[in-house]
Amino acid sequence: MTSHTTTLDTVQPGELPYAKLGTWLFLASEVMLFGSLFSAYILLRAGSATWPHGWQLLNIKLATLNTVFLITSSVTMVLAYAKIQNGEIGKFRLFLALTILLGSAFLVVKYFEYSHKFHEGHFPSTNLFYATYFTMTGLHVLHVIGGLLVNLYFLFPGLKLYESSPEQFVGRIECSGLYWHFVDLVWIFLFPVLYLL
Amino acid sequence: MTQESHHESHHELPFWRKYIFSVDHKVIGIQYGITSLLFLFFGFTLIMMLRWQLAYPNQPVPGFGWLFKETMGIMPPEFYNQLGAMHGTIMVFLGVVPLAVGAFGNYVMPLQIGAPDMAFPKLNMISYWVYFVGGVLMLASFFVPGGAASSGWTSYPPLSVIATTGQTMWLVSMVFLITSSLLGSVNFITTITLMRAKGLDFFRLPFFVWAQFVTAFLLLLAFPPLEGAAILQLMDRLAGTSFFLPSGLVISGTPLNVSGGGNAVLWQHLFWFLAHPEVYVLILPAMGIVAEVIVVNSRKPLYGYKSLVYSVLFLGFMSFVVWAHHMFLTGMGTFLSNFFMVTTMIISIPSVIVLTVLVITLWGGSIRFTTPMLFAIAFLPMFGIGGLTGLPLGFNATDIHLHDTYYVIGHFHYVVAPGTIFALFAGIYHWFPKVTGRKMCEILGKIHFWPSLLFMNGIFFTMLFYGAAGVQRRLYDPTVYTHAQPVQWLNVVMSYSAWGLAISQIPFMINLFKNVFSRKKIHENPWEATTLEWAASSPPPHGNFATAPQVFRGPYEYSVPGHAQDFFPQHLEGTHS
Repeated sequence: MTSHTTTLDTVQPGELPYAKLGTWLFLASEVMLFGSLFSAYILLRAGSATWPHGWQLLNIKLATLNTVFLITSSVTMVLAYAKIQNGEIGKFRLFLALTILLGSAFLVVKYFEYSHKFHEGHFPSTNLFYATYFTMTGLHVLHVIGGLLVNLYFLFPGLKLYESSPEQFVGRIECSGLYWHFVDLVWIFLFPVLYLL
Repeated sequence: MTQESHHESHHELPFWRKYIFSVDHKVIGIQYGITSLLFLFFGFTLIMMLRWQLAYPNQPVPGFGWLFKETMGIMPPEFYNQLGAMHGTIMVFLGVVPLAVGAFGNYVMPLQIGAPDMAFPKLNMISYWVYFVGGVLMLASFFVPGGAASSGWTSYPPLSVIATTGQTMWLVSMVFLITSSLLGSVNFITTITLMRAKGLDFFRLPFFVWAQFVTAFLLLLAFPPLEGAAILQLMDRLAGTSFFLPSGLVISGTPLNVSGGGNAVLWQHLFWFLAHPEVYVLILPAMGIVAEVIVVNSRKPLYGYKSLVYSVLFLGFMSFVVWAHHMFLTGMGTFLSNFFMVTTMIISIPSVIVLTVLVITLWGGSIRFTTPMLFAIAFLPMFGIGGLTGLPLGFNATDIHLHDTYYVIGHFHYVVAPGTIFALFAGIYHWFPKVTGRKMCEILGKIHFWPSLLFMNGIFFTMLFYGAAGVQRRLYDPTVYTHAQPVQWLNVVMSYSAWGLAISQIPFMINLFKNVFSRKKIHENPWEATTLEWAASSPPPHGNFATAPQVFRGPYEYSVPGHAQDFFPQHLEGTHS
């Protein structure tokens, strides 16, 4: 983070950077947030007399495509991080831009899925299945948007930091990457739970 | 992280950067302190109004009658429900936690570990302002149509889902408060893990820091499920989903037009998964403060430092697996009930260890009965009563009689009010010299302490009997029930005690303001204490320490044989006997 204005000299270089520990802690709380929703899903489904199979109502093909988008974007994120570590700014920007592009593609597909459902008259209020589907994927979409905004920031205005403090910038990309992988991982759970089971 | 940025922060900042949008942990701590004290005062005012209705049902409220013109000054039941719900919410989420963690944690913890500031000062500032917005939203909810949330601080559905707009405000405000505590807890854990002074390893940390460390983990991991639950309830209220609404709900004779199929007990699980660790968020920082105050004023090392540390770690862990003891009567089945009964009995063991350690620390000490020490000593029996009265609630058989009665209210208030709030008073009197450079008046302090102790027990000990008589909580007019009529006089006792408690806070307020503006300065270590915060000047400047302190010994080296003084500060070099 930007804010190490008054750090003591006792923090030796090579120790765990603050931002990295902070990011891991933040992700731990995110695990608990999504964990609570997955638990709610299990409890609601177990308590329901009937529960539709996801594949009967949702579009598996589009979701598979989206899964490919997100997994690929995780790969490009890692590549972007590897490139900035070597100081290859051009390739870093390319891979970060690809990550953003793939994340945006995910959102576009999600938009078509949602609008198709609304068009068919399926809303969160329709039944518990759709309520769960829209709430969980909706919260995930908000997380994707958050990740995209952070990466967009590092692609354009945030890149200035690389000139003055390359190490700090690389650290930020690592944190942003950790978050992006987490968003990817949540989808890896959402996809089978909502679409396949 | 660089050297030059270390010096850059010492130039003079404009007023709004220095006192309003400050990134200094001490200013943020004071901001948290003032805001949360105001919220505590407001939450207390709410319950004093409510207590009028309980003592004198259906009589015009003196002083506040103008609020209820249509009912000739009598408090309507809808408003009564708002008072109860908002008292709980404000006291817990906007009063005690921000004071114990936001104020004390922010101000004292970085000083005690010898750090110049928190790891993420800007996040720290954002955390305060997010809390502030959450608080403003909560207060604003009184003015929306239908008034504030009125479904209890627990917001159980289906009532909360069909409640007025105030409940939506409550949920949104909770999301803000949860975000604030998330930012705070990430900051606390990172700071304690990575910014300790040289030589200050984990087992040389003052116990207060340990308490804040475990508390931060509870906030980090227990709050998100409530956020998830709040999102689900918001969806129920705004998007028409039925997460918490079972099929076939009929309200005032008309069937509710929702898809149904949901589970109202799901909310209780998610809520208590937060709210039980929350109990330890309320009590652990208090234990930390009490340990510090007792050791300083007993002039004796803390008895059993390591058992204390392992106890709070175990408490923190166990607090995640006891939540359903709040739900013995909501129909879980006997197997689950027994499981949660056993874990509840287990969690009482570390609490007893903590209490025992603190009591044995007193034994053989040369005790200084200062005002902070009086509050700290009073904490011990008060928390003891709170803990022991919890046992009959933790057994699922005895809980059947006591569940949802005033006995429960008496029990947890013993933990939180004369327990935690006394500890917080002890902390205010103890660290006030550090924050302002001035000591609070001892005489006024004692005038504050003794009536407070009396009236606190007047309220809550009486409440235990009132509840054991079988009177349910949240009743607008208990006198309509035959079994509550013979014990109605207890309500009058409790109400007068509550108003007496309010009057007893006047010396505290005078003490606070008188000393803020007085000129008499004291030196940096008035209590002759050993921990690092007393090595900084009073008040500490931005950046805290003139030179980075180094630590040579454990936190509580009092009355070391062969040492000239009866205290041996952590940062002083010297032979260790």
